[in-house]
Amino acid sequence: MKYVDYERPTSLKSALDILSEKGDVTKIMAGGTDILVKLRVRSEQPDLLMDSKEIPELNELSFNHDTGLTIGAAVPLYKLYADADVKKYYPALVDSTTIIGGIPIQGRATVGGNLCNSAPSADSIPTLIVLGATASIQSSGKLREVPVSEFCTGPGSNVLKSNEMLVTINVPAPADNSAAHYMRFIPRNEMDIAVVGVGSYVKLNASGDKFESVNVSLASVAPTPLNVTEISKFLSGKDVNDENIEKAGQLAKEASKPISDMRGTAEYRQHLCSVLTKRSINKSIERIKGA
Amino acid sequence: MTNIKEPKKYEVIGTRPLRPDGTDKVTGRAIYGGDFEMTGLIHGKILRSPHPHARIKSINYDKALELEGVIAVVTADDLPVNPDGNISIGYSRGNILAKDKVLYVGHAIAGVAAIDPHIAEEALDLIEVDYELLSAVMNVEEAMDSSSEIIHENSFMKEFGEMTVTNNNIDEHFQHKMGNIDKGFENADLIVEGKYSTVMVHQGYIEPQAATALWRTDGSLTVWNSTQGSFPDRDELSNILDIPISKIKVVPLEIGGGFGGKIPIYQEPVAALLSKKAGNPVKIIMSRKEVFESTGPTPGGYTWVKIGVKNDGKITAMQSELAFEAGAYPGSPVGMGSLCVFAAYKCDNQLVDGYDVIVNKPKTAAYRAPGSPNAAFGTEQVIDEISQKLGIDPIDFRMMNAISEGDRRVDGPKFPVNGLKQVLESMKNSPQYQKKLKGSNKGRGIAVGYWFNVGLQSSCSITVNTDGTVNLIEGSTDIGGSRASIAMQAAETLQIPYDSVNPSIVDTNTVGYTAVTGGSRTTFSTGYAAHLAAEDVRDQMIKRASEMWGVPNDSVVYSKGQFSSDADPELSMSFKELASQLENTGGSIAGKGSINPKKVGGSFAGSICDLEIDPDTGKSTILDFTAIQDAGKAIHPSYVEGQMQGGSAQGIGWALNEEYFYDQNGIMNNSSLLDYRMPTSLDLPDINTIIVEVPDPTHPYGVRGVGEANIVPPIPAIANAMKRASGKRFYNLPMNPPAVISKLNQDL
Ligand SMILES: Cc1cc2nc3c(=O)[nH]c(=O)nc-3n(C[C@H](O)[C@H](O)[C@H](O)COP(=O)(O)OP(=O)(O)OC[C@H]3O[C@@H](n4cnc5c(N)ncnc54)[C@H](O)[C@@H]3O)c2cc1C
Repeated sequence: MKYVDYERPTSLKSALDILSEKGDVTKIMAGGTDILVKLRVRSEQPDLLMDSKEIPELNELSFNHDTGLTIGAAVPLYKLYADADVKKYYPALVDSTTIIGGIPIQGRATVGGNLCNSAPSADSIPTLIVLGATASIQSSGKLREVPVSEFCTGPGSNVLKSNEMLVTINVPAPADNSAAHYMRFIPRNEMDIAVVGVGSYVKLNASGDKFESVNVSLASVAPTPLNVTEISKFLSGKDVNDENIEKAGQLAKEASKPISDMRGTAEYRQHLCSVLTKRSINKSIERIKGA
Repeated sequence: MTNIKEPKKYEVIGTRPLRPDGTDKVTGRAIYGGDFEMTGLIHGKILRSPHPHARIKSINYDKALELEGVIAVVTADDLPVNPDGNISIGYSRGNILAKDKVLYVGHAIAGVAAIDPHIAEEALDLIEVDYELLSAVMNVEEAMDSSSEIIHENSFMKEFGEMTVTNNNIDEHFQHKMGNIDKGFENADLIVEGKYSTVMVHQGYIEPQAATALWRTDGSLTVWNSTQGSFPDRDELSNILDIPISKIKVVPLEIGGGFGGKIPIYQEPVAALLSKKAGNPVKIIMSRKEVFESTGPTPGGYTWVKIGVKNDGKITAMQSELAFEAGAYPGSPVGMGSLCVFAAYKCDNQLVDGYDVIVNKPKTAAYRAPGSPNAAFGTEQVIDEISQKLGIDPIDFRMMNAISEGDRRVDGPKFPVNGLKQVLESMKNSPQYQKKLKGSNKGRGIAVGYWFNVGLQSSCSITVNTDGTVNLIEGSTDIGGSRASIAMQAAETLQIPYDSVNPSIVDTNTVGYTAVTGGSRTTFSTGYAAHLAAEDVRDQMIKRASEMWGVPNDSVVYSKGQFSSDADPELSMSFKELASQLENTGGSIAGKGSINPKKVGGSFAGSICDLEIDPDTGKSTILDFTAIQDAGKAIHPSYVEGQMQGGSAQGIGWALNEEYFYDQNGIMNNSSLLDYRMPTSLDLPDINTIIVEVPDPTHPYGVRGVGEANIVPPIPAIANAMKRASGKRFYNLPMNPPAVISKLNQDL
């Protein structure tokens, strides 16, 4: 690892000042579970590491029945999944965040870091996408909101400019008769990167026999987390039955563009897209009916 | 659960005391290889080849030396030359630092020492190596094809024990023959054959290799390292650096796992050469990537097996061909694999061919029963197939054909007393086997496996303290609780409590020659040496008592920790009382024991595996697992069970997910613990254990080393379970979810 300077600003303003001055040679660190590994193997060699954990705005975690959930970009996973409102209203976020790494990783890692790291395999991004989350991005003097579905632009790349940082992720308030779910396939039972991950969001009609809207987003099968809009189009207004869900699985498989690597072959990943999409949609339906 | 039929006759052996090193290890106080510190210590890093096969045209390290903080750089030019052309020393040196060619990705090229490890690492980027790329040979099939690129241009194939003039990538072809194989197959009613392939896997010890070397100006060298054998390290350092063993001291630190992988040395000679140039002690710690790419994994390759059998279940012929990857230098475990492939079965007609094959991968090293799992993956599946075809219970079928004492192994020797039949019997009677397995996509598989106890030299000494305790001085580095199991044997022989024995593991200047902690030998051989040292102490104490009492030496009896004399029933003294008198009766007592046992027995192990396959994802979940093994006599049953569970865990990982995943360019893509996919605790079932005890008569307490055989049967047992769960036979490892899905989709 190369020697690197370290700063820990305690206000958003000073953080943004640092970024306006030397954002192009700075890397932001939240939990550090991605960035420190990259520094160590020298795939990133910034001059400055800026720790974001002392910035108050990035530590916000709040829920409001009208506006939904605000997740500060430096909130560690363990705080998120232990939060009573998150557990009650956003179980899919619990699905995602309790499988990232193990206990020691979850003590440091953040959803913000997971999003900004922008790996195609990131376990929280499909969930954020299906829940319709947006990212609040700030630079000196400018705030913009970007839907998470448009945030990632390629493996490890995203819409952030070098003078910008993610401040919060905002998840809309839950609607009636709706639920979401995330699952991934790994050959082991922990400590692995998703071979395929599937987040699903389902909203049913009041009687629970028709889909009103469905979102499905896939991890690890394309250069970015994939939002399968074909499924949303196909399922809305359709009956809840095995045949339609089977077809949704097929659509996920067709939409996927996986590669073959050490974690699985393209063929196998496509196969899993269909299997996991069906399972995840069924789990979301179970959640609605169980509620 | 222990299957002990005889009444208890020992005081200490068979109990489960705490290990002496436990507290320091769990509190982090124990000093492992990487923890060593010393005044003036500097840090080394190693430049490694990015190519699997290339000629080194030039190396220029001027710029690295110019970097502030860099103190020394070494390359193969700093190693002694090889005047007598000793091929094997040439290979050893070549693997330490590549000379003319790099033979695998990760092959060491140069070492850099600097004031801190980060500067040393930066300096690696400044070394310029000019390569001429050669085509890489990545598996045995490719390497055995005569048109493949030759890896060692000046070496020739040995065939049937003789050197030929053939220059290819086969280092050796050997054959073992018994009876008449053609006749054996002619007499068979049923013949089953199959070719079973495995891929390269790593031992996966938690602690990476770490060593510090100090080359003093007087020419003496001290090395502090994490090793399975300080004496073999000393010998190897002497060979590679061409300095006498008397100039070298190896000080073993605590070791965080080895499984055979810490028998060879890697960075020690580089650290020594750097220290010689720099004048400082030099420490080198490997990263996990280096551990995967640059140490010694166990080979992939194939085991082809053909077995003929009568309808009544009697085996008439067994034939096998095994070809294993040696890695970049000769010496795969195919020789041992060929002795294990049919070890469990009695058959008069056998033929086994073995090939040691050079490929552009790291030189393989020992890994727990090296070669036997690869062989059993073939044999035990063919045996399973036959028992299924004949409709005979797979344990019964093995029992019908099990070897007994006096039966010959394929290379000639007769089997000594062994516990195979008792292992099979315990498998059959086990709670797991007695329970029915119900439900679809589920299957139960069983298998057995064999591994040797190598014997080899061990030495111990014991000194008596005046408070009645003793110090036990040994040279076996403690990986799996051997301080305890050796101290227990000394305590038993001395008839004193376990915690009256204080074991110390010392350096190569302080105890007699002791071979590696490996080969299932430590509890056997070092335990035996401790027993001899204890007997020596006991005899000297008897002599001392006879002198004190003025009675004949042979009238003194030592029983239940008390000295007494037949000459006078009034005379009696405890071990502790006599120990307190040593100063005034002739001075302290030190006993010694050395041994190099021959004709040591081996150990059979069995596995029973119940598993379920998810037909949609191809993932296998192990529902229940029992490990059964002959321990001869379990000195410390908890540590025997620990070995059985550890071997099973590694076997499960090897069967289901572990592999060196290479891309088309001969580069390993998954050299991290994240992607290498060893099982975590969540991937393993509770592993039930059944210890079988059929004593080895060549050991005073009947010990059989249990460190290795337990990794052999899990792999075929899992394959056999998968066959019964899915109806499909698996010919390749790993049997991971994508492989299962593509298998299930075959013939659909
Ligand atoms: C052992 C291990 C296991 C893992 N397992 C998983 C897993 O199962 N699933 C999974 O998805 N991931 C996994 N990861 C990856 C990692 O833990 C996650 O991506 C985690 O969520 C990253 O969060 P962090 O806070 O540690 O990010 P950091 O490393 O601090 O940051 C990640 C990236 O985001 C940038 N960044 C951080 N904060 C901001 C900000 N406010 N604004 C702009 N950019 C920012 C950083 O500069 C960096 O590029 C694992 C990592 C390890 C080491």
